[in-house]
Amino acid sequence: MMHQFELETARNPEALRRIVIEPVSRVEGHGKVTILLDDDNKVHQVRLHIVEFRGFEKFIEGRPYWEVPVLVQRLCGICPVSHHLAASKAMDMIVGAAQLTPTAEKIRRLMHYGQMLQSHALHFFHLSSPDLLFGFDSDVAQRNIVGVAAANPDVAKKGVLLRKFGQEVIRVTSGKRVHGTGSVPGGVNKPLTPEERDYLLKDADQMVAWSVDAVRIIKQLHRANPGLYDRFGEVESTMMSLVDPSGDLDFYHGALRARDAAGEVMFDQVSYQGYHTLLTEGVKPWSYMKFPYITALGDEKGWYKVGPLARIQNCDRIPTPQAEKERLEFVAHGNGKPMHGSLGFHWARMIEMLCAAETIKTLLLDPDITGADIMTGGPRGYEGIGVIEAPRGTLFHHYRVDDDDLVTYANLIVSTTNNNTAMNVAVRDVARHYLDGRELTEGLLNHIEVAIRCFDPCLSCATHALGKMPLEVELLDAAGILVDRMVKDETGGVRQSLA
Amino acid sequence: MTAPTLIFGWGNPSRGDDALGPLLLDRIEALLPHHPEWGAVDLLTDFQLQVEHALDLDGRTRVLFVDASARPDQSPFRAGRLEPARDSSFTTHALSPQGVMHVYETMRAVPPPPCWLLAIAGEAFDLGTPLGRAAAANLEAAVDWTAAWLEAGRR
Repeated sequence: MMHQFELETARNPEALRRIVIEPVSRVEGHGKVTILLDDDNKVHQVRLHIVEFRGFEKFIEGRPYWEVPVLVQRLCGICPVSHHLAASKAMDMIVGAAQLTPTAEKIRRLMHYGQMLQSHALHFFHLSSPDLLFGFDSDVAQRNIVGVAAANPDVAKKGVLLRKFGQEVIRVTSGKRVHGTGSVPGGVNKPLTPEERDYLLKDADQMVAWSVDAVRIIKQLHRANPGLYDRFGEVESTMMSLVDPSGDLDFYHGALRARDAAGEVMFDQVSYQGYHTLLTEGVKPWSYMKFPYITALGDEKGWYKVGPLARIQNCDRIPTPQAEKERLEFVAHGNGKPMHGSLGFHWARMIEMLCAAETIKTLLLDPDITGADIMTGGPRGYEGIGVIEAPRGTLFHHYRVDDDDLVTYANLIVSTTNNNTAMNVAVRDVARHYLDGRELTEGLLNHIEVAIRCFDPCLSCATHALGKMPLEVELLDAAGILVDRMVKDETGGVRQSLA
Repeated sequence: MTAPTLIFGWGNPSRGDDALGPLLLDRIEALLPHHPEWGAVDLLTDFQLQVEHALDLDGRTRVLFVDASARPDQSPFRAGRLEPARDSSFTTHALSPQGVMHVYETMRAVPPPPCWLLAIAGEAFDLGTPLGRAAAANLEAAVDWTAAWLEAGRR
């Protein structure tokens, strides 16, 4: 059933005890979890506050349209390629490039699937594998990348090399390791040379093999403990993603499809050009981040989740053989029902990583990839909408451009915003199961963080300058008096102190 | 060809003082042609440090990591030697330089090259803002320190 969003429904929230977690560790940016307890120390309300920076649009408006695909990479240090390509697709419409040349589209796809590979590799091998390999209550020093490396150097090494390969795909296709300029309105600005193709191709089979290994690891975990892995942080919700005209998984282009929590198709092949009527960006007074929902269903029933778990269960097929085999096993595991447990994101994410690795090899073997026809154009447009499936989910870019070529309007819905309500519900589910009483424990906090991490949220591309306080937890009684406090410092040390 | 000396500056050039790391690289790049005595120096940048950057330590004899620092501090910058450390800085999607060194040590089964950290003090990190006046002054001091560090490296 669809969860009612109880954040808004407590009758007397001022009388509830409050636990604050700020910021959420190992998640980019700043997040804060507020848990309100009732007099019986039961969870009554949960809110995930995300300090989303809403200056994206102002940062872009007034700039020449051709600068935008490069400029928007500065929005996010985690997935700059996603913004680069979504903006490029939108600006294709400005230059009248209704259909890119085969070479240009395939080079863009190669770049995008390279990012999917490297992003998913990082998340699984280095951000989430501590949760998965060591358990949620394990030693804090072990629950991170270096802990994984020490305990399991082979896994950590594969993660590093998968990540490096993905970065190399991006470097070759975009021209630089970072701040690349490869994708431009109307196509790409450099072809792929046969030498570059061969350089990437020599490692492609290894990346596929390691991706198969990764799927096997997460699959084993689910089968060994389905009660935990299938149910933890369960969020029964609508799922939305792009699919291609055949209903196949496609990260780069397609139309929107949504299934309800039971897996029934709600709408299909809806052009994303109409996203602004299909979706409404809801607001709530306690959060800077918006809460998008399907307009026709309203804000209580219309929220949805995006990202790997939605994509894998939304599509009819994955167009690469090994990933499709794994998708079928994933679907069979649910015995005819969609999986909504948050840890299912990891399994789905690894299937997507395998799809990305296979697709990279396929693209590199395609003769078009080294073609020379890389730009096209047509009648000048004044409005462009570009949507792609970024690693964390559906990403919308929408621009208007005036006769002076300057951007007059910009609107972005980033993947993490699409998942805002779903993340809140996941945290509430976990808090209800594992948080009870007035005592803060590290294991308890880890459970909440594990649930958030499943979504791989990118919290507004924050700066990362040295010296940030990583994690602080406060417990306040019903009168607002601080009764307990827990702090994780930069080295992972945890101290608990009364105010 | 891998240069023996690496300076790795990270940060988002469009987020105010977070640009200090990449800007220091620009300044050093401009100085390199005038200082052949410093030898070959690679300058690398990224938005943040990640696991794959451990591979950038291969073949180096000394490495300088450069970042902006948001820590309240009276000094224009802080600098010092680093040792590999188990990284538990829960900053997600971003490793500390000590963590990068530890990944290297784990992967390669040998100690990483000698590494230093130069943390340049910044104040404002908002998207679209320029480098602050205080940060610009701090950058000058940090460039001088880096030049001295490069000079010392040839001895």
